[in-house]
Amino acid sequence: MGRAKEKSGPLARRPDNSAFKQQRLPAWSPMLTANTVLPFFYLLSVVCMLLGVWLLLTVQSTQEKKLNYTKHGDCNLCFEMRQNVSNAGQTCSCKVEFSIDRTFKGDVFFYYGLKNFHQNLRRYMDSRDDEQTVGRIKNLKSPSVYCEPFQTVENEVPIAPCGAVANSMFNDSFTLTYHTAKGRDVPVPLLRKGLTWYTDKNIKFRNPKTDNLTLAQVFEGTRPPPFWQKPVYELDPHDPINNGFINEDLIVWMREAAFPNFKKLYGILNRADAPFTNGLPKGNYSIDISYNFPVQYFHGEKEVVLTTLTWFGGQNHFLPIAYLVTSSLILLMAVVLTVAWWKFGKDGKNMKD
Amino acid sequence: MARESEDTGMAKASKAKRQRKKKPKENKTRTVHANIHYDNAKGEENPNRHYASNKIKTTKYTLLSFLPKNLFEQFHRFANVYFVFIALLNFVPVVNAFQPELALAPVVFILSVTAIKDLWEDYRRHRSDKEINHMDCLVYSSEDKRYVERCWKEVRVGDFVRLRCNEILPADVLLLSSSDPDRLCHIETATLDGETNLKQRQVVRSFFDLDCDFDPLKYSSVIECEKPNNDLNRFRGYITHRSGRRDALYKENLLLRGCTVRNTEEAVGIVIYAGHETKAMLNNNGPRYKRSKLERQMNVDVFWCVIILLVMCLFAAIGHGLWMFQYGDRRPVFDVLSPEGTDLSPIMSAIYLFLTMIIVFQVLIPISLFVSIEIVKICQVYFIHQDMDLYDEETDSQLQCRALNITEDLGQMQYIFSDKTGTLTENKMVFRRCTVAGVEYSHDANARRIAMYQEIDSEEDECMSHGGTLPRRDSVTSHQSGRVVLRSHSTKSHRRTGSRAEAKRASILSKHTAFSSPMEKDITPDPQLLDKVNECSSQMDFMRFHRQPMSQLPSDLSDIIDFFIALTICNTVVVSSPNQPRHKVRTRFGLKSPVKTIEDFIKRFTPSRLTSGSNSSSSSSLNRSSNKGCSSLLSSPSAESTLTKLNEEQLSGTLEHAFTPVPPCYDEKASGTPEEGELRYEAESPDEAALVYAARAYKCSLVGRLPDQVTVELPHLGKLTFELLHTLGFDSTRKRMSVVVRHPLTDQITVYTKGADSVIMDLIRPSETGNSKGKRQKKIFCRTQNYLNLYAADGLRTLCIAKKILSKEEYARWLQRHLEAETAIQGREELLYESALRLETNLHLLGATGIEDRLQDGVPETIASLRKAGLQIWVLTGDKQETAVNIAYACKLLDPDEEMLTLNADSQEACAVLLEESLHYIQAKVFCSSGDQSKTFQNNVAHFEIYPSSSLSTSSSHTAHFLVHRLGLVIDGRTLAYALDRSLEDKFLAVARSCRSVLCCRSTPLQKSMVVKLVRNKLKVMTLAIGDGANDVSMIQVADVGVGISGQEGMQAVMASDFALPRFRYLQKLLLVHGHWCYSRLANMILYFFYKNAMFVAIVFWYQFYCGFSGSAMIDQWYLIFFNLMFSAFPQLITGTLDKDVSEETLQQLPQLYVNGQNSEEYKPYMFWMNMIDAFYQSLVCFFIPYFAYADSDVDLFTWGTPITAIALFTILVHLGIETKTWTWMNWLSIAFSVALFFTVALCYNASCPTCYAPSNPYWTMQRLLQEPLFYLLCTITPVAALLPRYFYRACQGTLFPNPVQAGRQLDKLPSDTRRNILSLSRVKMGSPLSPEPPFLSLNKSKGCQKSTSGSRASQDKQGSVLQTNKEKVPKTPLASSHSEKHLSDVYPVAPSEQDLSPYTSPQLSCQPKPHSAKDSDCLDETLQPSDLSLSSWNASTPLVTQTDAVHLNLPPDGPSQCVKYTRSSEEGLCSDHVVQPAHRTVQVAEQALHTAL
Repeated sequence: MGRAKEKSGPLARRPDNSAFKQQRLPAWSPMLTANTVLPFFYLLSVVCMLLGVWLLLTVQSTQEKKLNYTKHGDCNLCFEMRQNVSNAGQTCSCKVEFSIDRTFKGDVFFYYGLKNFHQNLRRYMDSRDDEQTVGRIKNLKSPSVYCEPFQTVENEVPIAPCGAVANSMFNDSFTLTYHTAKGRDVPVPLLRKGLTWYTDKNIKFRNPKTDNLTLAQVFEGTRPPPFWQKPVYELDPHDPINNGFINEDLIVWMREAAFPNFKKLYGILNRADAPFTNGLPKGNYSIDISYNFPVQYFHGEKEVVLTTLTWFGGQNHFLPIAYLVTSSLILLMAVVLTVAWWKFGKDGKNMKD
Repeated sequence: MARESEDTGMAKASKAKRQRKKKPKENKTRTVHANIHYDNAKGEENPNRHYASNKIKTTKYTLLSFLPKNLFEQFHRFANVYFVFIALLNFVPVVNAFQPELALAPVVFILSVTAIKDLWEDYRRHRSDKEINHMDCLVYSSEDKRYVERCWKEVRVGDFVRLRCNEILPADVLLLSSSDPDRLCHIETATLDGETNLKQRQVVRSFFDLDCDFDPLKYSSVIECEKPNNDLNRFRGYITHRSGRRDALYKENLLLRGCTVRNTEEAVGIVIYAGHETKAMLNNNGPRYKRSKLERQMNVDVFWCVIILLVMCLFAAIGHGLWMFQYGDRRPVFDVLSPEGTDLSPIMSAIYLFLTMIIVFQVLIPISLFVSIEIVKICQVYFIHQDMDLYDEETDSQLQCRALNITEDLGQMQYIFSDKTGTLTENKMVFRRCTVAGVEYSHDANARRIAMYQEIDSEEDECMSHGGTLPRRDSVTSHQSGRVVLRSHSTKSHRRTGSRAEAKRASILSKHTAFSSPMEKDITPDPQLLDKVNECSSQMDFMRFHRQPMSQLPSDLSDIIDFFIALTICNTVVVSSPNQPRHKVRTRFGLKSPVKTIEDFIKRFTPSRLTSGSNSSSSSSLNRSSNKGCSSLLSSPSAESTLTKLNEEQLSGTLEHAFTPVPPCYDEKASGTPEEGELRYEAESPDEAALVYAARAYKCSLVGRLPDQVTVELPHLGKLTFELLHTLGFDSTRKRMSVVVRHPLTDQITVYTKGADSVIMDLIRPSETGNSKGKRQKKIFCRTQNYLNLYAADGLRTLCIAKKILSKEEYARWLQRHLEAETAIQGREELLYESALRLETNLHLLGATGIEDRLQDGVPETIASLRKAGLQIWVLTGDKQETAVNIAYACKLLDPDEEMLTLNADSQEACAVLLEESLHYIQAKVFCSSGDQSKTFQNNVAHFEIYPSSSLSTSSSHTAHFLVHRLGLVIDGRTLAYALDRSLEDKFLAVARSCRSVLCCRSTPLQKSMVVKLVRNKLKVMTLAIGDGANDVSMIQVADVGVGISGQEGMQAVMASDFALPRFRYLQKLLLVHGHWCYSRLANMILYFFYKNAMFVAIVFWYQFYCGFSGSAMIDQWYLIFFNLMFSAFPQLITGTLDKDVSEETLQQLPQLYVNGQNSEEYKPYMFWMNMIDAFYQSLVCFFIPYFAYADSDVDLFTWGTPITAIALFTILVHLGIETKTWTWMNWLSIAFSVALFFTVALCYNASCPTCYAPSNPYWTMQRLLQEPLFYLLCTITPVAALLPRYFYRACQGTLFPNPVQAGRQLDKLPSDTRRNILSLSRVKMGSPLSPEPPFLSLNKSKGCQKSTSGSRASQDKQGSVLQTNKEKVPKTPLASSHSEKHLSDVYPVAPSEQDLSPYTSPQLSCQPKPHSAKDSDCLDETLQPSDLSLSSWNASTPLVTQTDAVHLNLPPDGPSQCVKYTRSSEEGLCSDHVVQPAHRTVQVAEQALHTAL
């Protein structure tokens, strides 16, 4: 209104005759009538249809193998054994055998899956300390209160990594073996690296500054989480660099799954050597499982999944179907509308004249 | 304030107490001493120190108190408390869901936005206070011994202030001295009551006689008066002088703050009330907080949201408890113990969870809703402010929205209560035409002149005007050539005040003199009449010169000259000179007191006396002291000075000069050219001024008025001085005024009477039969009556002018008895009244005038279109009945075609009886017109209800039981008082609401507000009150929306109003366009808000099924909190501010679209639930498509949740897009901005810090997602699938069953000329183009019954034949008397004009299954004679000469909604079936019905 004051004279208070102030901005006012809507409907329907068909064809090319080993074969014994918490220290291993009918072409991903494990519970999810896993010494020694009740043990000794998420980390391990037709057992090489997001490995998870100290020395004065058998700096006995907070299994686990039934990446097929250069050849396979993770408390199940991926994710038929269904719905509506318009809409058009 | 600041010492307080103890009575009064005597005491001893100072402060806050006070006020709003509660809940670790600091953000944001708004408003008040406080005035200073300039705020009670001309009064001042020789002070109270005429205030009686200047130092009196109160019309007290003498004080002595001193050079007074204690301030209690209807409705739905929230939380809590319970004692590893390490029982965790869920789901209660609504309303107010069409160039003022929070109510009005004077009319009286001695002078040139003032507005004019006159009035048609002749009103002439320049000049001038705009002043004389006047006066001049008796003049000529003399002198107009505005002309040609005693009379009228004009200046002071104080019925007697007569005798010889002919150049001088010496007339009522100006146009001008004589300047004759013997003032019972003068030429004692035609015509001397003179008299009488009727039909105010010549003996007789009456002690009023009656009989009719109380421009059109918009318009006026009715006709409030019920009752009982009878009458009509029908069809339409939902006692309920007829109700104030009694109010309402228009005359401000309150509370409708004066304030405050008319009139109404308009006609755009827009925008926005929040929250809710009801959300806390506040906020604000469902032009041209808002069709309760259902559906889609797409994958929570957020945002935005009707670049921009904002914030947030936002950690999620094709695939398909149903529904609706608004939009799309054609067509044709074919008409989905109209039309031919036979049967029916004819005319209503005029309402006629009867009546009408109602006390008449007793049935605006019940197929059958059948039967049924009814 400041400008209004500058004006003087008889019509000082006359409002500006601008399109905006007079609410006369040029405007497009679409009418939602058959004439305008129908072309759009048909177009949309066709587009969705094409996309859906394309996606469906893509998905059809993927392959997947799921193995539920919770009580499978001799794993049942281990399942029974894990029922008792006192046996937590003992190792138990079992073997699962399976065969593949068609070659898994391309990259093959090895997942472990859990069912009915609620990683998405609010208090569970919150029970972690990102500042600790990012490698802050301060938080290493005194974890955040979010970690309660897995913040400290006994006489205020801090837990590293603290919190319920880390505590409940999945600790089964798998060894995949390919039984060639000739009866030879070839261990399937799995890459246990590159499983995580780059940012997780390099930014979100870092070991505290070592300054020539060994990891063990850095983590001195901390305890592993109560359920853990090994301290965090000994998670990967094969690769010393993959220890501490940057252990890939830990990072994968710490990325909390969205649903109670989830799978997490365990390894990727290393296609460097034959016979795996093209992927996983068809034939018989077995998995040796070190069965550590108890699932009976939450009526859970465990599985391993071998799968190839498409450019838009794993083998999931839902999305193409969703596109196709939507497309047909749109088409149906369009037809209904067209019929209605042909029958009655003409009159509606007349009224304009 | 001052009281606080001064009142510091205990001593003072105790002293005050002592004083109070001493005089306990004094609590009720205020004592005011003059301050000058206490100045030395420095206030310690000043008895006035306890009174408020003149400083005003209307602000709410101070700098310190702002924060606490504002917060306290904001927490009155429950929602704010709720949100703070939730934010605080986050600080409890057990239940917290978000980062506590983050959770505070929205609440703080909301609170601060409101606080800033409040602060700004308060600052504006502070500024205006400051401005007022620093205005200057002259206050007497005892130190300087003179008047010094002071600020208003320094004025204290007890100060002497000197007031100059045109100064505004700083406080309530008791008038002690005035420069006016009559000791008067004129004030203009426009700011208080909106009346621009001058009010006289008198100096306190004891100071009357001071001839010298008032000296404050000599003042030593003490004033005792009432405590401050807000009654403008009451002031009582007394002044005690040192001598012990007491004088009473009246309201005539008090000058009120805010008034303007006029016409008085200087006045001195003592301040009695100051500052906040002045009457003006006490009357000014700012606008109250109003809550709009929409907001009330919204609050109900907010309540429902709370219920939904609680249900959802409860559901989740129970679910969580059960989920916990299923694991039994063995806790899963992922179940986290409480921080203390103890187990939580399922029940405890359920309880905790309940609270957590409230936090998580808080978004459901839209925190930003209230703020958004306020922002949108402010924007709407801004746009209304900026509207050029609501800007008045004449006054340089635009619309002011004083209430910021009820804009949308403007779109939902159902009843309008309007003031008349100054609101509908301009309060400018313009002389239009006159009839003298039975000859009509049409003043064509004058009409043309007035027409010239009308701005060329041809387009609108052409289509709006139904102007025209009776064809036989050939003289008139010239200026309205080519117009359709339709016997109603010539609206053309009401259109515009004048061109801009003219108007500006007028407004400048009117600052000095009321009622003197050029429009009112410059009257073009009728040449014919002017010639006659000239001829007449030259003859008279000739006769006088030759000393011939004047009686030889031909009677028609003498009538003419008498007529103008009467116009000139029969009034109370005061003449002032132009050079010094508002100074009375005191050129005394002579002064003589009116006849006071018999002796005086005898002395004066002895034959020896020669002339009338005489000089007696010595008596002037005496006269002044005695006369001025009395505004009673008749001038009061006073002591007569014998000196006068002596002087007269001496001076009589010189008096011949009074008759000296003016120089020949006179003619040019007086010929209307605005010369310097032009005199100004100040009148108490505008019509007096109009008549004087009219007479002046005929060179018959008033040049001076003194208490005892009037000087008139006549052509050829020069200045004539009429000796004023008596003035019988105007009063409302007599409705006339008379002056008794001695005619200087004939030396006869002549009575000139001017008054309402209804009374004057009865007092005309019956003409002797036989002789030619009598015949002529009779002819004149008849003709005049005829013209009067025409004038009235034209909406002119009519006044009759009559005269009577008294012989001296007669006069003496009358005078004697009159003087007796005057001196009578008991029953003086009655005696005086009788005395007046005795004088005003056997009058000789001179002529009649037609004055136009000029309507404001566009008033009839505005009223017509508002009425088409379904608004009921009531006019509540303080004016007298005749005037009010005339204006009502002029502005088309009343229709000459419709019947008028006039309720005038003298007692409660009479009123009860009247109402009862009216009710019966109306019921009989209903019964006849629709009741019989429903009876007839009762069998086959048992399921069909005419009044579907009487249970629907909301807004539309007022139509449920009563149909609105083409009836006008006129009720006067007294009757209204009875009718508003508790026992009768229901009946009154029942009668009033079945009438199409209601006119309450002579109503007091209190009654006005009572009427509004009654209608508002009993009928549960939205009311709007519009007025301009203080008398409308109470009504404005009571109504849902109060509108004040600003501009040249006062500020009082504006101060009380919610909206202030410069002119009445702007109401049309304000309501029809802005109201409609505001309502539909806001309604849609609120619904959208509910939808948006519900949809967003529901997504989170579905997730609870997958996370063990643990209250975790896949949507990050930031998104959850800021989604409403930031990401989705702008587009809806833009849409809520700018969206136009129908263009402005269409809205104005099709007022019917307003019904949309009245019926709350944009926001019905079911719509909330429909939106909720839609929201739930959409949330299901938005949840489950991503769910299944990601199911059984390694996705983590936020990587999955972020796409959902994006999808929800897209869905919500596209949803808004579907609901948006007009897309400007702002809409596009806002949507683009929203999307961009979301992604920017997400990217920044996800990249900023890997540790900062514990407990959640969405680091790099968005960046990662943007690389995944799945994200894009989801973002495409999900919104499409989610919005498919709504889009399909909208498309179907738009194609197949467009509602009126959509039809209006379709109309917008057409090229402009096509549209214009359609609209003009729709005005003529009954079937609007919007409703062409029955099954798919756009309008009648809601107005379902239109098709029955067309159906009935289709079968009209068939009916025609049936009716023909029917018509012939009528006389043969048993009741074939005239009596039955009357009933039949009632039975068969006629609705021709209604059908012509309103394409919208007429279809509604057919809502009652009776359209055929309307047709019947068209035929029957011819055979049926109009007949009067036999009911005793009603005037079923209009001013028109002929009229039919037409009764129209007309469903009220919301009628249509009642007809939704019709089903398409059944209805057509229904209508066409019944259409013919009843035609046979109706007569009999109706008669039976009448038998029972009457």
